[in-house]
Amino acid sequence: MTESSPLPSDTPDVEAGPAAGGGLSRRRLLGVSGSAALAGVVAGAAGTYAAGRASASEPSPASAGSTTLGLDAPIAFHGPHQAGIVTPAQDRLHFVALDVVTKDRAELVELLKTWTRAAERMTAGAEAAPGGLVGGGPNRVPEDTGEAYGLPASGLTITIGFGPSLFDERFGLADRRPAALEELPEFAGDQLDPRRSGGDLCIQACANDPQVAVHAVRNLVRLGFGVVSVRWSQLGFGRTSSTSTAQATPRNMFGFKDGTNNLKAEDPAGLTEHVWVAPADETGGGAWMAGGSYLVARRIRMHIEVWDRTNLQEQEDVIGRDKKEGAPLGAAREFDEPDFARKGPDGSPAIPLNAHVRLAHASQLGGIRILRRGYNFTDGTDGVGHLDAGLFFIAFMRNPGTQFVPMQRALAKADGLNEYIEHNGSAVFACPPGTQPGEWWGQALFA
Amino acid sequence: MSRPVLRLAAPLALSLTAALALAGCTDKAGTGSTSTGAASGTITVKATDTTCELSSTTAKAGTITFEVTNTGTKVNEFYVYGEGDRIVGEVENITPGLSRELKIEATEPGTLTTACKPGMVGDGIRAPFTVTGTAAKGSTDATVAKAIADYKTFVAHEADEFVEETAAFVAAVKAGDVAKAKALYAEARHPWEAIEPVAESFGDLDPKIDGREDVIAEGMAFTGYHRLEKDLWKDGLQKDSSAVADQLLADVKQIAEKSKTVEPTALSIANGAKALLDEVATGKITGEEERYSHTDLWDFDGNLEGSQQALAALRPVVTARNPELQKALDARFAELKTLLESHRTGEDYKSYTALTQADIKALSVSLDALAEQVAKVPGVVETA
Repeated sequence: MTESSPLPSDTPDVEAGPAAGGGLSRRRLLGVSGSAALAGVVAGAAGTYAAGRASASEPSPASAGSTTLGLDAPIAFHGPHQAGIVTPAQDRLHFVALDVVTKDRAELVELLKTWTRAAERMTAGAEAAPGGLVGGGPNRVPEDTGEAYGLPASGLTITIGFGPSLFDERFGLADRRPAALEELPEFAGDQLDPRRSGGDLCIQACANDPQVAVHAVRNLVRLGFGVVSVRWSQLGFGRTSSTSTAQATPRNMFGFKDGTNNLKAEDPAGLTEHVWVAPADETGGGAWMAGGSYLVARRIRMHIEVWDRTNLQEQEDVIGRDKKEGAPLGAAREFDEPDFARKGPDGSPAIPLNAHVRLAHASQLGGIRILRRGYNFTDGTDGVGHLDAGLFFIAFMRNPGTQFVPMQRALAKADGLNEYIEHNGSAVFACPPGTQPGEWWGQALFA
Repeated sequence: MSRPVLRLAAPLALSLTAALALAGCTDKAGTGSTSTGAASGTITVKATDTTCELSSTTAKAGTITFEVTNTGTKVNEFYVYGEGDRIVGEVENITPGLSRELKIEATEPGTLTTACKPGMVGDGIRAPFTVTGTAAKGSTDATVAKAIADYKTFVAHEADEFVEETAAFVAAVKAGDVAKAKALYAEARHPWEAIEPVAESFGDLDPKIDGREDVIAEGMAFTGYHRLEKDLWKDGLQKDSSAVADQLLADVKQIAEKSKTVEPTALSIANGAKALLDEVATGKITGEEERYSHTDLWDFDGNLEGSQQALAALRPVVTARNPELQKALDARFAELKTLLESHRTGEDYKSYTALTQADIKALSVSLDALAEQVAKVPGVVETA
């Protein structure tokens, strides 16, 4: 598959370029027209999108643009980094945290190999196993569950991570635990539910079609029976961050643009500094993490009913941006730099001292930045007449202890948003570097 | 509980595969075949991104070997299909420049389909492939006949026990001895739970014996074990409890006799083993089956025992054809049994209500692990 999706070697930090000309014409041509209507495709991307389609019916050598927004196209599975991190954020998410239930290290290794192979296939738009739909004949159980059959690859990425609890005594991994992989500390205001927190492993499946993302997780979970069991699961229906300059900034459940100032795929220096673990970061047992990244997940319940009866001025003051354009208060355009010194007409700061934008901004945090990749969710009700809605926050970083932790401490202490949100799920995972064909997830860790 | 899972009289697989008895044999372990047909020469397959060229599109029945070389730029796969896209054999992950071998066993003449699948998706580049002549078929008849005979013996034994234990239970109910009837209830049902897939194939005898209160919604009277369960644990014995008990014994005797006449096939035994675990997953692990007595773990044990005995009968067949699977089955059965045993208190099982959420999750996780393996057995024995 990788062979069919030459990765542009001139953009080493962007592992997630669409695999053009991957012989996927039948599936890629299905449903293309529908997805063109999906929100978030900026005007300038329309051209590259069309080019992506052309290459589907007419296999061509390497597609040049790494940010082509072919929503149906496959994303290369292999590369120096795992896909699903700086890959332009897809529209849908299915995230699961799993517990390892076997005590046998060999079984876990075997599963990681099986998973890698299945993920490689599914991200190309293929069934989880050859002939998985009907190939086993009438008396065998189909090896693929089937609900994604005939759907295009839909930009599916599958990203794996290892939680701190995996590095206990069970699998002899204690001395392979990266120094930077620690359970997150408790933050002020946390209302964490253990049934939505932690996990030995995680799988993040993102796609532009929710059915494709769910299919991927479902089939991997199924392959893991006896070795892993699902600890918690989260669906996300709309991305809340853009991870590429080719994407428009989406809005969160509070109706505000979110992630304007995010790290982007087109900023390799920023990614190197803030996202990818460098070889020098882990010289001991955690050396296998070089090229990887840490994933922090937080399930943030938003009290949307309360927010929705808050006046516009208060909403904008809490966020620190205007609602329509997304510009920092006191500025005109979304991407204008916020001016934290600027005074408003009444002499107080234009961007209030407890505004989210101020507290989360790199300039207020000694230069700390993270790559955010979260999703909106609604999960039924809270049982007392409200929607259980919010933001499933996902962020990637080089070191949670020096990036997420101080940032969240600052926010937990003073953020005006705290009145409207509560964190009720939390987890951290070490996502290993990418694979080359023939390699498997976590190979260096278990070596 | 009373889903019609099995139709023992209809060995569907046999009729479908009779026309073309085939077995795929890739370089994966555990798909050995007993066919001993004369070997044909190796057929070379040149696979590119757009073409799929075979050196011959016909071969004599027996072992047919394909040597697939990928000279294209995409990862390729090679498939040999039977009717309805049933895979006879396949090799995957043939990276550019690589050659891989596929052996299939074809014992009957007929037409197959070959396909290269550059890029792994879609229907692939297909062409018909003709098999001529007939190969000598290896026989596992004796092994299979023994497996079937063993299973019939087991069913007959459980059926007799079911009648005997039910008779004792019914006597206690009729004597108005509630304490004794409650003590006998779970054990009396145990043989039933072990052979349920066989027994429940007989029309309305199953709901009469084992129906829950919701059978009323289907226009039936609420009788049998669960009606007496309700009387014993909730309502107290009723005026008609004695009559219900008499009817139960009559129905049980009838179903026991019928169960002994069932002629199973290797496939139906394997499907039954899986169906028993499905019963556990949907009825027992949820505590739905025994809503008044909460003796669900007894039923769990019965279902598990029945599944294990069915597969014990098939053991020689599975061991010969897929030793890895047999190993996995043994390991997973042992795990689940150990876990279940941990909920025994003396001779008895804990009440379902005494289980914690963590206990139930652990049982469920172990059951999923076992059921995934058991679900593979029908495919292994289908041609027996």
